[in-house]
Amino acid sequence: MRFMRFAAVAALAVATIGGAHAKDWSKVRMGTEGAYPPFNYTTADGKLVGFDIEIGNALCEELKIECEWVTQDWDGIIPGLVAGKYDTILASMSITPERQEQISFSKKYYNTPPAIAVRKDSELAGVTADDLKDISIGAQSSTTHSVYAEEFFTESDVRLYPTAEEYKLDLESGRVDAVVDDVMVLSQWIDSEEGSCCKILGTLKSVPRIHGEGAGIGVRKGDEDLANMFSEAIVAIRANGKYKEINDKYFKFDVYGE
Amino acid sequence: MTNSVTNTALPDTAEPTNQKPEPPKKGWTFGRVVGNFLVTLWIIAGLGILYFLVVRNNVTINFNVAEGFPWVDLSADPKFLQRYGMKLLEGFWVTLQVVGVSVLLGALLSVPIAAMRMSNVKAFSVIAYAYVYFFRGTPMLAQVFLIYYGAGSFMHELRDMGLWSFFRDAWNCAIFAFTLNTAAYQAEIMRGSIQNMPKGQWEAASALGLPRWLTFWKIILPQALIVSLRPYGNEIILMIKGSAIVSIITILDLMGETRRAFSRTYDFQAYVWAAIMYLVMVETLRRIWNQLEARLTRHLQR
Repeated sequence: MRFMRFAAVAALAVATIGGAHAKDWSKVRMGTEGAYPPFNYTTADGKLVGFDIEIGNALCEELKIECEWVTQDWDGIIPGLVAGKYDTILASMSITPERQEQISFSKKYYNTPPAIAVRKDSELAGVTADDLKDISIGAQSSTTHSVYAEEFFTESDVRLYPTAEEYKLDLESGRVDAVVDDVMVLSQWIDSEEGSCCKILGTLKSVPRIHGEGAGIGVRKGDEDLANMFSEAIVAIRANGKYKEINDKYFKFDVYGE
Repeated sequence: MTNSVTNTALPDTAEPTNQKPEPPKKGWTFGRVVGNFLVTLWIIAGLGILYFLVVRNNVTINFNVAEGFPWVDLSADPKFLQRYGMKLLEGFWVTLQVVGVSVLLGALLSVPIAAMRMSNVKAFSVIAYAYVYFFRGTPMLAQVFLIYYGAGSFMHELRDMGLWSFFRDAWNCAIFAFTLNTAAYQAEIMRGSIQNMPKGQWEAASALGLPRWLTFWKIILPQALIVSLRPYGNEIILMIKGSAIVSIITILDLMGETRRAFSRTYDFQAYVWAAIMYLVMVETLRRIWNQLEARLTRHLQR
């Protein structure tokens, strides 16, 4: 058994060393979810848009590489990367220790806190586990927010939905009493006509162990050179104003965090 | 399936032939080579999955011969199963409940639908036909979505009618959708097997002066049940597998728990265990059905 493991590690190492030099990153396939407005979503006519998409295109332009977008359901987005369906994940994925066991990340390209949203007529007063006791809380499955909800709101009934669309529908119709997600995602929805039913109850303090250090660009283990290229490009577009231009198009303040 | 059972029920009228069947060919024919090759591939795939589970759970086997008597030490470190095993079993139970309740309710609902479908009153048969046509012609996923999120968007109307407290609950919506779906299929199975009975039996019974209800109850229905047994089994198997879609409306059935465990660990064995559990369900049902069939057709066995 030990030999097998050694052999596997050796094979991986050879693949890494061999791969790092052999790979040519002039063409990169970018994986995203396409159902997480305003970060990445699909318009009615099927176009992929959002903050993540524009940042991705700006980074590719900065690196002078050709990028092609691929959409993939959130639940399968890491297995899809590992299986080689695309080369990066640029889908507001938080850099967490759990995920880092599977894939590698670039430096963060934004960091915003999580928040709780409720219907406007809700009588809930706070966002602590005690305030949210005995109510139902919706979250998107496989997200840091769902992990947080299951660990911290143990006295509440946490319901998991495949995409953000579905928990929004159920919050509106009253099947769940509150939802937890990124503050930008929730506030953008609440500002739109569809989200007029609801309000932000408050933001949560993010827990580094669960929420990580912000959203980064995921790559396969062994493709760290690609992650480094993107990390440098993030610094470059922060410096040349391109990031601010995109940021201001979507948000009222700088989402990069300190 | 249907034919073979009815054939054994009726005496075979074909002339018996005296020709002996051809003796099987000797040696390695092309078909045998392909067959053996494919079976070997299946065995290798099965062993591969078994090996994968052994490696993932750090199973080690030590042969201990030092103390005179050869002991075999088996140790394992099933981290995944320790953390998620109980959850998967809970999901298994939820799946059984969803399928069990909706198949039973569907069976009750299918009786009036089948009766309407066979009715001579045109309006009844058209309504039943439309019902069956809709539920057989659209995916169950679409039906579950229509009922769950459709009810959500008519919340105010439903609340006025006092029905919202029913549709608010995901469990009720799932049972409701599955019951309507399986009732359509079960009604068709029932209608098919009843109408499959030869008309001559009705005529013979009426010649003997038996009332129609008694003919149906004592002559037609027992035979129809034999014919419909296997299709009913197939329908339940389809429901077991089809019920995996309830995980998208927040019910943590076996598939839901599996996806949740996988999303936390990215450990592929989650899906292997789920497949094994579904297989256990289907295999158990298959065995029960064999027993049932043996019991129902005991008068036909020689």
